[in-house]
Amino acid sequence: MGSKLSIALLSIKLLALAALATAAQAQDKAQGKTGDIIARGEYLARAGDCTACHTAAEGRLFAGGRPMPTPFGTIYTSNITPDPETGIGKWSADDFYRTMHNGRFPDGGLIYPAMPFASYTKVTRADSDAIFAYLRSIQPVNQKNKPHELRFPYDNRQLILGWRTLFFREGEFKPDPTKSAEWNRGAYLVEGLGHCGMCHSPINALGGTSQSDAFKGGLIPMQNWYAPSLTSNREAGLGDWSIKDITDLLQTGVSMRGVVYGPMAEVVHNSLQYLNDEDTRAMAVYLKGIAEPSPPPPASSTLPTTESSLLISLGKTVYDKNCASCHGTQGEGKPPHWPPLANNQSIEMQSAVNPIRMVLNGGYPPGTKGNPMPYGMPPFAGLLSDNEVAAVVSYIRTAWGNRGTPVSARDANELRSAPLN
Amino acid sequence: MFARAAASAAVIVTLAAFDGAVAQTTSQPPDTMAARVEACTPCHGNKGEGTSDVYFPRLAGKPAGYLYNQLLAFRSGRRKYPPMNYLLEFLPDPYLEAMAEYFASEHPPLPQSAPSEVSKEVLAQGELLATSGDAGRNIPACVSCHGPGLTGMQPGIPGLLGLRAAYVSAQLGAWRYGTRTAKSPDCMQLVAGHLTEADVTAVAAWLATRPAPANPAPVPKGTYALPFGCGSQPN
Ligand code: HEC
Ligand code: HEC
Ligand code: HEC
Ligand code: HEC
Ligand code: HEC
Repeated sequence: MGSKLSIALLSIKLLALAALATAAQAQDKAQGKTGDIIARGEYLARAGDCTACHTAAEGRLFAGGRPMPTPFGTIYTSNITPDPETGIGKWSADDFYRTMHNGRFPDGGLIYPAMPFASYTKVTRADSDAIFAYLRSIQPVNQKNKPHELRFPYDNRQLILGWRTLFFREGEFKPDPTKSAEWNRGAYLVEGLGHCGMCHSPINALGGTSQSDAFKGGLIPMQNWYAPSLTSNREAGLGDWSIKDITDLLQTGVSMRGVVYGPMAEVVHNSLQYLNDEDTRAMAVYLKGIAEPSPPPPASSTLPTTESSLLISLGKTVYDKNCASCHGTQGEGKPPHWPPLANNQSIEMQSAVNPIRMVLNGGYPPGTKGNPMPYGMPPFAGLLSDNEVAAVVSYIRTAWGNRGTPVSARDANELRSAPLN
Repeated sequence: MFARAAASAAVIVTLAAFDGAVAQTTSQPPDTMAARVEACTPCHGNKGEGTSDVYFPRLAGKPAGYLYNQLLAFRSGRRKYPPMNYLLEFLPDPYLEAMAEYFASEHPPLPQSAPSEVSKEVLAQGELLATSGDAGRNIPACVSCHGPGLTGMQPGIPGLLGLRAAYVSAQLGAWRYGTRTAKSPDCMQLVAGHLTEADVTAVAAWLATRPAPANPAPVPKGTYALPFGCGSQPN
């Protein structure tokens, strides 16, 4: 009853707003060329997800001041509004391009790689200029940058040189002539503005390889989420997904194959949902293209067999009682809203961090244009013991032909204290 | 806030155009708010009536504007409870509004008032604060804002009945320590700032002993004037 009423009320509000929006768009069109470049810059700034870092919770747009926790202390993002005193109001387009392309301040000083210039270096000069034109057009905000709170020796910017030697390759995107224009457009967006590699590569605080361990100054925020490989079909490689499922996932946050959550929900919410159909499709074509055939299944579990079979049978009990109403007794779900768990790569991966956290914290996919009222999953942290969490995660990773491995109560316990923001 | 607001405005304007963008070929969850808030009900009860956990509040029947303000505050982190801050982080304004309206329109009966563990004197002190305040210490009567029947007022002032003592004192404490803030001017912070620990215990205990009123609905907007301004209750 109540819900019907509120949905009806809601749609009236929406219609009114939609009418307003059409009027506003018509006005935009009349504004001509500078308007065009600013609109393009705004679109590109969305593709680069600048707001995720440069706008603080309840802060003014692009005024910075958002804390980024790292293992070395807290970095605060900068004010990139056109305020001459505290923002980038005195910068030229050349200065801005230098920051995007080469990770340096106008005076040549080194920028921390928490600003993803290692990806933005691929952005073309024309796109950089458009973003700059857009940033010049927004409301200036007079707000001083907060000094970073980094521990010795990480407060010394000269250390960034070491990082740059290891990981930074300056250079705009070079199209691959053997691939289609669409593939190349997708590659440009994924490798450049999308800075997907900032999370989805071994050089990060999550999937850290020995290579990144060697570089103790790796200045990447701690998230306690696993960002899967985008090239391995055993992880988030999308080789056997249809283009439609990929574009649905990127644009709406849900798909027939799986959903986004955690940090990836943020990416879809602030950035990917705003990309147009052509660009989304180009990204999908590229992502599908880079996926490699699955390597052999991972080494078997570290748990003794008897222990893991006990866990798995307890897991089935927990699952039937708490999960089957949404995810189905055979893990079939009711996709896209209640995702399938059978044949879902994101729970079978070697790392079980994501499914464990999903069970502990629950979640909603992001509310997007294509899925404005997503369905949610309750957090089970307060309802299940460590042993029950381990059991149910072990069960969903191995039931219905899934090829993951069991996890221990200790794995579950460790993630109870993972930060929720 | 601006960015968030801008983003959600964009969501609003395109919502209507995108109906059914997501494929709907297999069997689907029910297209209801009840199914959409299943992530909330293990803690708040199926109809928002609350659960046995004394810190998990009832939501049912509270003014929609009040509930919406709370959801906005949790989403931005202005009010802190990490499991809820996390769930709401990427949900747009109109959806939070729909959730607020859903729980506001549910009316499961109020719980039985619990016998109190505190002494008669303490209860009497609680009653005095709630109904008359303490002018000498700048404490306004709770009824002056929460209403003569303590059932609250549309759109932003919640009733104080049907809440457990532990929850009420935790909330008053949260205001005193700054982990809960409301829209500015945050009148509840002023009120809570003048209360001592003993006042909090007394008023929370007395409120929890009140029987359910015949009509628990919040009174309409403007039924009475507030003693001073509250950001959550625009005049
Ligand atoms: C993952 C977080 C993140 C994202 C995304 C991000 N930035 Fe940054 N940005 C930072 C941080 C952190 C700094 C401060 C670095 C420092 O002090 O060395 C910064 C600094 C800058 C600066 C230097 C300003 C100054 O005076 O300090 C500019 C300009 C800038 N960013 C522009 C952008 C633009 C444009 C985008 C989107 C295309 C963007 N940033 C996306 C984190 C980010
Ligand atoms: C802030 C870190 C971050 C960034 C930036 C990021 N991702 Fe992710 N991504 C994650 C995490 C963590 C997961 C695992 C959670 C999940 O599956 O949603 C993930 C999952 C995914 C998945 C798998 C979803 C599934 O259901 O299996 C895909 C595909 C993906 N990301 C693509 C991208 C693309 C394309 C970009 C760049 C436009 C990107 N990601 C940028 C963190 C990130
Ligand atoms: C009320 C319905 C509901 C219940 C009950 C439920 N889930 Fe979920 N589940 C969802 C929704 C909705 C999502 C998507 C959440 C998101 O994107 O943040 C999800 C996501 C997941 C995912 C991530 C899937 C992916 O594509 O990566 C896992 C794993 C999962 N659930 C496991 C469980 C387990 C185990 C239980 C029982 C302990 C459970 N769920 C109970 C609705 C539910
Ligand atoms: C893990 C348990 C849990 C879940 C899940 C949960 N909540 Fe809460 N909720 C709480 C607690 C505890 C509080 C009180 C927090 C505090 O102390 O401020 C609260 C407070 C609230 C309030 C403010 C009530 C008041 O009277 O001030 C609202 C509104 C609310 N929740 C709505 C929701 C909605 C909607 C959802 C689902 C999207 C949800 N909650 C999910 C535990 C939960
Ligand atoms: C000046 C008006 C005013 C006075 C006086 C006042 N309140 Fe409030 N109270 C409010 C408003 C407004 C809110 C809602 C704040 C928000 O939006 O979060 C509120 C909220 C509350 C809440 C939170 C309820 C919940 O469900 O979480 C409690 C508890 C509360 N008040 C207790 C009291 C007590 C006890 C007194 C007397 C000592 C009192 N108030 C006096 C205006 C007032």
